[in-house]
Amino acid sequence: MDKLRLVAMLMAGVAYCFAQPPQINPDTVQLTMAPVQGSVYVLMGDGGNITVQVGKDGVMLVDTGFAPLAPKAMAEIRKLSSGPIRWIVITHVHTDHTGGIAAMAKLGMTHESIGPPRVVAQSNVLNRMTGPQPNNGPKIPEEEWPNDEYFLPTKDFFFNGEAVVVYHVPDAHTDGDSIVFFRRSDVLSTGDVFTPGSYPIIDLSRGGSVDGEIAALNKIIDITVPAKYQEGGTIVVPGHGRLCDEADVVEYRNMLAIVRDRFRDMIKKGMTLEQVKAAKPTLDYDTQYGSTTGFWTTDMFIEAVYKSLSGKK
Amino acid sequence: MPHLPRCRVTSFLLVLCAMLVLPAFAQVDFTGEWAPLYHEDGPERLPGPELGDYTELPINAAARMAADTYDADRISVVPEYQCRPHGGDYSMRGLGNLRIWREIDPISEKLVAFHTHLLAWDSERTVWMDGRPHPPDWAPHTWQGFSTGVWDGNMLTITTTHLKTNYMRRNGVPRSDKAVFTEHWTRHGDYLTVVTVIEDPVYLTEPLVRSDNWYVDPGQNIGVFGCEYAPEVPRPEGTVPNHLPGKNPYLKEFADWYGLPYEATRGGAETMYPEYQKKIAGEYHPPEKCSRYCKCTSLFDCNVTSK
Repeated sequence: MDKLRLVAMLMAGVAYCFAQPPQINPDTVQLTMAPVQGSVYVLMGDGGNITVQVGKDGVMLVDTGFAPLAPKAMAEIRKLSSGPIRWIVITHVHTDHTGGIAAMAKLGMTHESIGPPRVVAQSNVLNRMTGPQPNNGPKIPEEEWPNDEYFLPTKDFFFNGEAVVVYHVPDAHTDGDSIVFFRRSDVLSTGDVFTPGSYPIIDLSRGGSVDGEIAALNKIIDITVPAKYQEGGTIVVPGHGRLCDEADVVEYRNMLAIVRDRFRDMIKKGMTLEQVKAAKPTLDYDTQYGSTTGFWTTDMFIEAVYKSLSGKK
Repeated sequence: MPHLPRCRVTSFLLVLCAMLVLPAFAQVDFTGEWAPLYHEDGPERLPGPELGDYTELPINAAARMAADTYDADRISVVPEYQCRPHGGDYSMRGLGNLRIWREIDPISEKLVAFHTHLLAWDSERTVWMDGRPHPPDWAPHTWQGFSTGVWDGNMLTITTTHLKTNYMRRNGVPRSDKAVFTEHWTRHGDYLTVVTVIEDPVYLTEPLVRSDNWYVDPGQNIGVFGCEYAPEVPRPEGTVPNHLPGKNPYLKEFADWYGLPYEATRGGAETMYPEYQKKIAGEYHPPEKCSRYCKCTSLFDCNVTSK
């Protein structure tokens, strides 16, 4: 995926954080269903990645993408399985991951269905979806809410012959982030706490933080086990972008940990946000992760890191 | 049909047969055991590069900052770095012997791939020769990347994509996962020359060209590398050693040891070309007597204190 396309996807995907949901034209969106490992696939296109697990029990999804893309996404899923969607796990509140909940739940019901799917999310996701929306946005209809929230550190269940473990990683990208581990397939779906093509989007307005983000990346590294010489093994499906493994997450974590160390030092010295920006503290990573245009620019990342670590609003 | 003498028909058929099989014979077989030669860049490749030495690298400001803030403790403190192999673009420069073998399709007898095995981290590569495309953008990246080869006369030209982030030089100069490298393999009797051209839109302003040479060594026996990562000192999770910008005390050592002007050690495209020598004329003061890596062409004569 080239950088422009990734940035465009992130722009569309995260626009919901601070504004109205973007206009999506399903006719122009290209979706790609890629095999990951074991029983797990990933559906990539505009919006967040949708992780798909299929088997004799039916279909499980991690995230649902944008609502307008649901029929097209469902058509791709039906190429893998005709079974009912039984589980949907939502990694966080942003609409590029949650927008399709109602549509996918409806489209995923078959004659074998025993009712609508369980829609699992950490309780902060439900709290934010049921509360007032940013910028006086419209209320989110009840059928788009999770119906199976959890508030303990983990939630697990068994589906399609394997254990599925959902971990809450607090105060990272948002305050309601979940990562989902398919234990037999050895695949970890991370949501937007890991977006290898861009700086992490720290959504301060929804409880995100730099330290929480680093802790979440450390948790991913704890769970993943590489095969020979730090390659392969557990495959990581990021919130956006290509398939990865532990080594890719390590590089990303290292970047953020080093950036954090620099900001802490500058904040300790009493530097203002403008002084920090002028010092170009992320210069070495900007050509890899940064952007001067679009929804999530390098400047916005710097501001978020500064505010997160300094406590200044 | 005119009558042709039998000998002419036979000759014609022989020529025809030769033409049919010629393409296969025109290609070079790299199969065998190869020992690396370190006459090029010995100190960088054997003991490892000096900190702050970015000479001959067309790096940009981002790469320079990444290298300046690199702390070598990272390769031991970050457990996941302890068994991290060289990238495919660096493997041929690294320490270790090489085995190359061919994969032949048993039905068509056509060359499907070359495979390589290097001692360091038991690294193995496949160079696909069957015309298959490179993987899609969403595919995982690997240390060795995905390689395809084509013949250019007797030279094998290989293109490699889908690399994991790694190093351009083992002193912290990075190479990104967006890099693509091209190799040209040429065999001259018992010698193999590999020219590598790295293009990295993230960290390079122009391609980096390097070459390495190998000598055929049919008696060599490549051992098992083996590596197990293990944290040896308890530290807070996620500790990543690094120097704060402007605080690395070691960056000028290299320039001081070799009498080079500091700016000449900072890399960048300009410093790679002969014209740059004029720019620093009068500022280069080599030590009167060599004191570091004076003779460094094999593992056994590469001591830092050798005179």
